[in-house]
Amino acid sequence: MTDFLLSHWNYFIVVLLMMIGLFIVISSMNLVKKLIGLSLFQTSVFLFYISLGKINDGTAPIIMKSGHDGHSSHDILYSNPLPHVLILTAIVVGVATTALGLALVLRIKASFNSIEEDDILQAKRELRKRSKSS
Amino acid sequence: MTADNAIILGLVVPLAVAVLTPVFGSRPDIRDILGPLGGIVSFYAAMTVALAVLNGETPEWFILSISEGLNFSFKVTPLGAVFGLVASGLWIMAAIYSVGYMRGNNEANQTRFNAFYAIAVHAALAIAWSGNLLMLFIFYEVLTFSTYPLVIHKQTKDAMRAGRLYMGILVGTSLMLLLPAVIWVWIATGSLDFVPGGILAGKIDPSYVPWMLALFAFGVGKSALMPIHRWLPAAMVAPTPVSALLHAVAVVKAGVFTMLMVVVYIFGYDFLSLTGGSVWLIWLASFTILASSVIAIQKDDIKARLAYSTISQLSYIVLGAALANELAAKGAALHIVMHASAKITLFFCAGAIYVSAHLNKVSQLNGLGYRMPLIFIAFFLASLSIIGIPPLGGSWSKFLLMAGAADNAMIMVIIVLAVSSLMNVWYLLEPVIRGFYLSEKTPVDVAKLPLVVIPPVLTAILCIVLFFAPWPFLPLINMMVMP
Amino acid sequence: MIEWMLHLPGIIVVIPLVMAIIVALLPSRLGWLGAVIGSGLSFWAAIILALHMLEANAMTRISYFLGGWPPPWGIEFAVDHATALVILTITALGFLSTMSGNALIFKDIHDDDKGRFFAAWLLTLGGLLGLVMTADAFNLFVFFEISSLASVTLVAMGSGRDKRALVAAFNYLVIGAIGATFYVIGVGFCYAMTGTLNMVDMASRLPDVANPIPVYIGLAFMVSGVMVKAAIFPVHIWLPPSYGFAPMAVTSLLAAIATKASLYVLIRILMTIFGGIADIPLLIMQWVLMPLALMAILLGTILAIYEKDAKFMLAHSSVAQIGYIVLGFGVATLAGVQSGFIHIANHAMIKGGMFIGLGGLAMAVAGKTDFSNLAGLGRRMPLTSSGFLICGLSLIGVPLTAGFISKFYLVSAIISAGYWQIAAIVLLSSALSVIYLWRLVETLWFSPVTDVETRLPEQPMIYIPLWLLAGANIWLGIDAGLITGLAKMASITLFGGIS
Repeated sequence: MTDFLLSHWNYFIVVLLMMIGLFIVISSMNLVKKLIGLSLFQTSVFLFYISLGKINDGTAPIIMKSGHDGHSSHDILYSNPLPHVLILTAIVVGVATTALGLALVLRIKASFNSIEEDDILQAKRELRKRSKSS
Repeated sequence: MTADNAIILGLVVPLAVAVLTPVFGSRPDIRDILGPLGGIVSFYAAMTVALAVLNGETPEWFILSISEGLNFSFKVTPLGAVFGLVASGLWIMAAIYSVGYMRGNNEANQTRFNAFYAIAVHAALAIAWSGNLLMLFIFYEVLTFSTYPLVIHKQTKDAMRAGRLYMGILVGTSLMLLLPAVIWVWIATGSLDFVPGGILAGKIDPSYVPWMLALFAFGVGKSALMPIHRWLPAAMVAPTPVSALLHAVAVVKAGVFTMLMVVVYIFGYDFLSLTGGSVWLIWLASFTILASSVIAIQKDDIKARLAYSTISQLSYIVLGAALANELAAKGAALHIVMHASAKITLFFCAGAIYVSAHLNKVSQLNGLGYRMPLIFIAFFLASLSIIGIPPLGGSWSKFLLMAGAADNAMIMVIIVLAVSSLMNVWYLLEPVIRGFYLSEKTPVDVAKLPLVVIPPVLTAILCIVLFFAPWPFLPLINMMVMP
Repeated sequence: MIEWMLHLPGIIVVIPLVMAIIVALLPSRLGWLGAVIGSGLSFWAAIILALHMLEANAMTRISYFLGGWPPPWGIEFAVDHATALVILTITALGFLSTMSGNALIFKDIHDDDKGRFFAAWLLTLGGLLGLVMTADAFNLFVFFEISSLASVTLVAMGSGRDKRALVAAFNYLVIGAIGATFYVIGVGFCYAMTGTLNMVDMASRLPDVANPIPVYIGLAFMVSGVMVKAAIFPVHIWLPPSYGFAPMAVTSLLAAIATKASLYVLIRILMTIFGGIADIPLLIMQWVLMPLALMAILLGTILAIYEKDAKFMLAHSSVAQIGYIVLGFGVATLAGVQSGFIHIANHAMIKGGMFIGLGGLAMAVAGKTDFSNLAGLGRRMPLTSSGFLICGLSLIGVPLTAGFISKFYLVSAIISAGYWQIAAIVLLSSALSVIYLWRLVETLWFSPVTDVETRLPEQPMIYIPLWLLAGANIWLGIDAGLITGLAKMASITLFGGIS
């Protein structure tokens, strides 16, 4: 059991981060904190993918010219490069998401004068009442 | 003209009237002549179609194939030819009458009224000539939606509420019960065609037959079987031409026509009587006949009284279908014709009394008979036809229905029919007796409007003619029951 | 097939994406023109593709390798009948709502912002097209995010009229991002077990996986992620506020196409990727999707009945209509999946038309969509309102409209699979939907208006697309062969993997 935990410790960190991130998104009333939670959540997925690509004793997947020092490139154990590439894309997407979210938070702050969800809900309720009475 | 082309003509003409009416909206004289003209052309087309059917042909208009075994097409059955003749023929009268009524009453939005009136007739003809059950369902719905603007024509609060009830019941029942029934038939048999003798025999477990029949009987809300009859009295807020053509002829007859088509061409009455799946419907129809007669007696409003009378008479036809034998089916089909001509006369009279004397209660009619003799005589004749007294058309259909009940050895049904006839006498002859035998309380002004007097007189004469010469209806109906 | 036509799958997706960049660089007043050209070209290419697929037999699959790299290394775009049907729907509705887009903007978007607005518009369209076209599980995530980020931007543009649009957009962003991340987690599991990202490759390797538990977990993550994007009950909560507060033009685009692509992805995942493994996808369809769809149908319909704002009413109705599509998929028979695809196409036409029409009507009353504001507009704007009415009748499934065909096929599929009770619920809710539509009809035509009844000006760029859609609703309601035929082939193709 302990062996299992130790040999898979990276996955447990992934799960931990994932849960923390998701919890913040759901429970936090502050919009910026929500975005931080979202980023954390996404980051945990990045770690998950990169962990997948790692092969024990594997080296960076850079192909050497064969015959350079007697080794053929087939003998060297490489880590899987594909997850890294995927995560590069996912990071870009994550940055874009965060940027858009922060931009929205700025606009929300400007028009609602708050970034706390309960204040905003209150303001929305008043708006609805006003549109009903008019 | 070939019969195939006559179908196209008969269906396109009402649509053309509907399209042209708004075009001539600003010129009322041209606009108002379109309806009667369209009626004459459609009737000519329906006659051509009926004659072709009598010659043993099946006129057909194939448009396209929806999927395998399911076509978007029109195909005339003998029963359809009968209904087509009734709908188009009475449209001529109703169109003339509606011009007189709407103008005499100074109603608003006459252009909209005329356009939707024509669309409703189109839908009724399409129902009559539809080539399969799906087509019938499609135009059944079109008829509902096209009559909605007519029902709420006055746009008062009452009218809007009645409109909601009308749509609620008719659309609700057809979507929730009729559509699954149609789909059930489709899944069970892989066909929706109308075949003499039915398509369901051997394809469905006999113990399911009552359930499927119930889906049809309550799904066809237009046949106003209790307890889904409430829309019909509600729809009486519409102007009288609507009540006359649509809620005595086109709409309600489309309902019972659907029931008859389903029993004759989908179930097959032999299959139905063999399984006994329709016994419950016999009793429900009998109950509706009696219950609505009792209500009709209590109604003082002429149109409401006529509405409940219609509910009762419609159940005669449902009863004929449910008895599921040859004589009863013939009686039911003939009753479509006979009741249509008589009930449209009654509504014409009620509308004529309203538009020329502004009276709408039975109790107000005292002594009015001498002021409007033609109207009251027409009312009298039509009442006799509905009661079923020779020499008026209604006696044939009632006779056949009773014979059909005797065929099934159902004495109770015969008694129901007899009692209902007695109640007819009570509630239909009361206005006539008040008109001729009681003296006027307060004199009213009676306007002279020939356009609302001529149509009821003509249709009343038709009731007599139909007794002596039920041609071409009787031969067509005989063809319907021939295997 | 001619040489250049082999590039069609790529062309369809790339055109809107490239035009988005061009439009962003061009002067603002050319923004709309660029968007029309971009979506129009894409639509034209999709027609050619669909015509080709109509002639092809059921298992035909056109595949296109991006950059010439064959899978499993490169990204593959693949087109079969299901793809062709959805692509055709999305491009057609994309084109028509772009046509009406400029007129519908009204005053929601400042003239100087129009260039960037239409750039985001085209990105949404391109993203959704890529989503449908791609055969690479990870690439799908990228397209998810392209379309979702762009459409969040579009929704937020509604803040000029109502600042609540910002909150709606923020929630849409967060919920959407969580959904997409769930999907990626699922892909990660499957990638770990199969070592490939290509859907077909993955499908062929999944049955041989020794330990299927991670695969099931991956499936669960993927399905729940896509459910968020497709707005399936109970994760539909982002949809009504987003559609309700977005600018009218945006709502007409999103309502017509946004969830359709995700629904397509859902059925792809269940039937193409996981089609090979035992009964798990079937269990999900019948025991997860079907009950949720029923809840969505009932809840959406009931909320729509009580809604006092026409735009929100239609948004709630969208939730219910998505339920119909998912229900068709959930039946998991040939006819059921077929009915789902039929309704994807038909509902796009219906809702696209209704929102364009509603926008046209609302413009006359300063963009307000409250029932009280819309009173009496039917008679004053006959062209717009009658087109709107036809689409509305199609929504409730009146015969002779496309909506009826959808309903007929759906109920047939449900009954022939033996689910009587479910058919009853579907029919009940469709009868209930008459109520909310009829409230609108009464408001538009039969309510007394206070001021003088004059004809109001109507925009040709609104009523032309609207009437094209209304015409399509009627035409495809009578001659339904085009949609039902393609949908049937699509269904057969998808079942090709399972049987």
